[in-house]
Amino acid sequence: MDLFNFSSVVDWSRLQFAMTAGYHWLFVPLTLGLAVIMSIMETIYVRTGNVEWKRAAKFWMKIFGINFAIGVATGIILEFQFGTNWSNYSWFVGDIFGAPLAIEGIVAFFLEATFISIMFFGWNKVSRKAHLAATWLVTLGATLSALWILIANAWMQYPIGMEFNPETVRNEMVDFWAIALSPVAINKFFHTVLSGWATGAAFVLAISSWFLIKKRNQDFALKSIRIGAIFGLISFVLIAVTGDGSGYEVAQKQPMKIAAMEGLYEGKEGAGLVAIGVLNPAKADKSNYDKGDAFLFKIELPKLLSIMGYRQLNAFVPGIRDIIDGGYTLQDGTIALSFEEKKVRGEKAIEALANYQVAKTEGRDDELAGFEATLLDNFAYFGYGYLDKPEQTIPNVPLLFYTFRVMVAIGFYYILLFAIVWFFNRKKTLLDNRWILYVSLWSLPLAYIAGQAGWIVSEVGRQPWAIQDILPVQASISSLEVGSVMTTFMLFLIMFTVLLIAEVSIMVKQIKKGPEEDSDDKPVY
Amino acid sequence: MFTYTFLQHYWWFLISLIAGIFAFLLFVQGGQSMLFSFSKTKDERKLLVNILGRKWHYTFTTLVVFGGAFFASFPLFYSTSFGGAYWIWMAILFCFTLQAVSYEFQSLPGNFLGARTYKSFLFINGVLGTFLVGVALATFFTGSEFTMSKGNIAGVGSVGPIISQWQNPWHGLEALVNLRNLSLGLAVLFLARTMACLYFINRLDHSVLQKRTHKYLTYNAVPFLFFFLIFVIWTFASDGFAVNPETKQVYMEKMKYLNNFLENPLLLSVFLIGVLGVLYGIIASALRPKYRKGVWFAGAGAILTVTMLIFITGINNTAFYPSVTDLQSSLTLQNSSSSKFTLNAMAWVSLFIPVVIAYIFYAWRALEKNHTSLEEVKANKAY
Repeated sequence: MDLFNFSSVVDWSRLQFAMTAGYHWLFVPLTLGLAVIMSIMETIYVRTGNVEWKRAAKFWMKIFGINFAIGVATGIILEFQFGTNWSNYSWFVGDIFGAPLAIEGIVAFFLEATFISIMFFGWNKVSRKAHLAATWLVTLGATLSALWILIANAWMQYPIGMEFNPETVRNEMVDFWAIALSPVAINKFFHTVLSGWATGAAFVLAISSWFLIKKRNQDFALKSIRIGAIFGLISFVLIAVTGDGSGYEVAQKQPMKIAAMEGLYEGKEGAGLVAIGVLNPAKADKSNYDKGDAFLFKIELPKLLSIMGYRQLNAFVPGIRDIIDGGYTLQDGTIALSFEEKKVRGEKAIEALANYQVAKTEGRDDELAGFEATLLDNFAYFGYGYLDKPEQTIPNVPLLFYTFRVMVAIGFYYILLFAIVWFFNRKKTLLDNRWILYVSLWSLPLAYIAGQAGWIVSEVGRQPWAIQDILPVQASISSLEVGSVMTTFMLFLIMFTVLLIAEVSIMVKQIKKGPEEDSDDKPVY
Repeated sequence: MFTYTFLQHYWWFLISLIAGIFAFLLFVQGGQSMLFSFSKTKDERKLLVNILGRKWHYTFTTLVVFGGAFFASFPLFYSTSFGGAYWIWMAILFCFTLQAVSYEFQSLPGNFLGARTYKSFLFINGVLGTFLVGVALATFFTGSEFTMSKGNIAGVGSVGPIISQWQNPWHGLEALVNLRNLSLGLAVLFLARTMACLYFINRLDHSVLQKRTHKYLTYNAVPFLFFFLIFVIWTFASDGFAVNPETKQVYMEKMKYLNNFLENPLLLSVFLIGVLGVLYGIIASALRPKYRKGVWFAGAGAILTVTMLIFITGINNTAFYPSVTDLQSSLTLQNSSSSKFTLNAMAWVSLFIPVVIAYIFYAWRALEKNHTSLEEVKANKAY
């Protein structure tokens, strides 16, 4: 089993990107969630004039500020890594992928960066309403930023709205709105942003519970829970809804990913969703994909996978082996190609592209149309031409299977937790049920684990593809030595870890300090 | 509606403009580079950190937008330069990453590394960040060692499927041993410090620092002008990387960059107006102790000058990211840009830029109605 090859630039580049993205996603969800919560609190303050709401808003803004800076720091490295470590990718799909990144910068980052200064420094310099508008614009900027990067990510999972140009040797955008409004993008945006909101709510609930446990700042904590509980409950319920939508989109567009998430090696009609299961460790070796049982033990919810993936009770859900062997009937009535057939077509496409390039250089223009036709006929499988063995198309099944279940289980756990907190808070008995405060506090890491698990499912599930079916990761990289990438990986790892320790330490101090007295409009800092 | 050539030039202008704005906004880094020398007391340092800290987002965001816009409009540059000159870009990234957290973290209890460490991060970002950006931009004029062939991805050639190959193991660090690159690196560093002095003059309400600023303005403006002139004269006198419009072959042309200006008098005029703006801002501020508006003249001048300098590297049949190993691998606006469709779509998005400028103007005005004093800093949220 090749989990990680230490002499592979591809693996080090992937690890570096995954590590940066993983750290980035520790900070971004809190930014997204806290932004909405503090905006709601400031809105109540402006509407009611109750300065306690202002105190609450400013306390969460303080936490937001600490968290925002480190999110920005990790974000810029992600942006530039597309070029530094994935230079082939940057050219091959940059015509499409670069646009959302630029729009993110122009439309979202400046909005966020500009109004954040008014939000922090403008309390006594602009009117209350102007300040409130600035706070909401920061929230809008953060959300728009998520929108555009998620559109870009969704396109990698479901590449549409483009055509391949053999002359420029790249994919070119032909339909902007197809990319921006793709069902995968829309679903991914809502699912991901909601998960950020949920993390923010879980954070507010945990910290507020700590204040209540310590019997400090109780009015502030109860106010925060009042907003956080309902916000968290709604967010987690909607995450479940959009999660179902994600499952459907993945089944339709990335059948190998859903098969891996389910540990489904042999496809079947009316397939059930595995609620709990233990995978057969022998299958972790991908070359055993066609041998032995998939599970040592499992409890299945009947028919649910077919319903989720195809909206039909008895729909056929292809397993890993089916997808490799082909021969089953696809939703559009055509017969699925096997890996070998796709590989042959991918190689034909690559060969036609090479012939096109050579013919062009040698001035044999009359041959170009023929090569182009062959290339475009086979382009849907272009990426398979870079692969050797069928098992290369299988993502890491155990990692996907277990992280998916961890994510879903935590999601449902939080729906229950927020519902209970909301109920007690409504009945004004929260302080009488201290156990729920302890549970709320110590559950916080679960919210982060769920977020990380979600990205692992999404991105590890996409492997081996950088762009689904079009470009595998090994054909996406830069021409670098292993030592270079290993060194920058280590440097980033040390830097991010140190900064994370600093952030957590600062946050703990600030939380212990609590919201400060602010009886009038004077700033609390 | 627009021709492909127009869109390529339009986007090259926007990239140049963003680079120009970035050069001006580097005053934040310039100020950071003087954090330990310029301020003598804790309070003075606090005041400096805070007037710079209220602006760091703009510089940082402009760098992010510069990267995004370059990716969207000239993806082959993103691919070739970032993937090839790996170490210089990574070093720049490290410098800017350190900055992002330092303002927020340095004064807060529990920051793990201590306030002085974060201030040192700001200093490193101020010195190295500006210098390395200057060196990296200088390679647009002096060239880099790489080969590029798009056919590689289909296995044409013998170097494997990766489009571009850097031709030395230093991956960008070799730019540091080219004297012309170094002169631009130093010019950018001292420009940033000069701009910082002008910004301090404009913003500070602190008599001791005001007086000191004028002295520092001279100390930094003189080396800036020295290194800038070396770079510009050397560049104008040197051969440049020209493209034959018919055959698309890249060749060396005598005094190409000077020719680009001479053949485009409008651009030359804007460049010279920019230079005059910078000189006026510096000289007027140095000679008149009560004059506070020098930063606007010098800032606008720096934007125009840098915009024009970058712009002429791509126009008038010039290769903007030249290869000295294989001239025909050089990147031009034509061979490295996005498709017409994408450039057109992005052109519509660029109409949003005036809105961005308008709200930045509003925010700046709203927060900077009065000069900043230590008392005001202490009475508000402070870094």
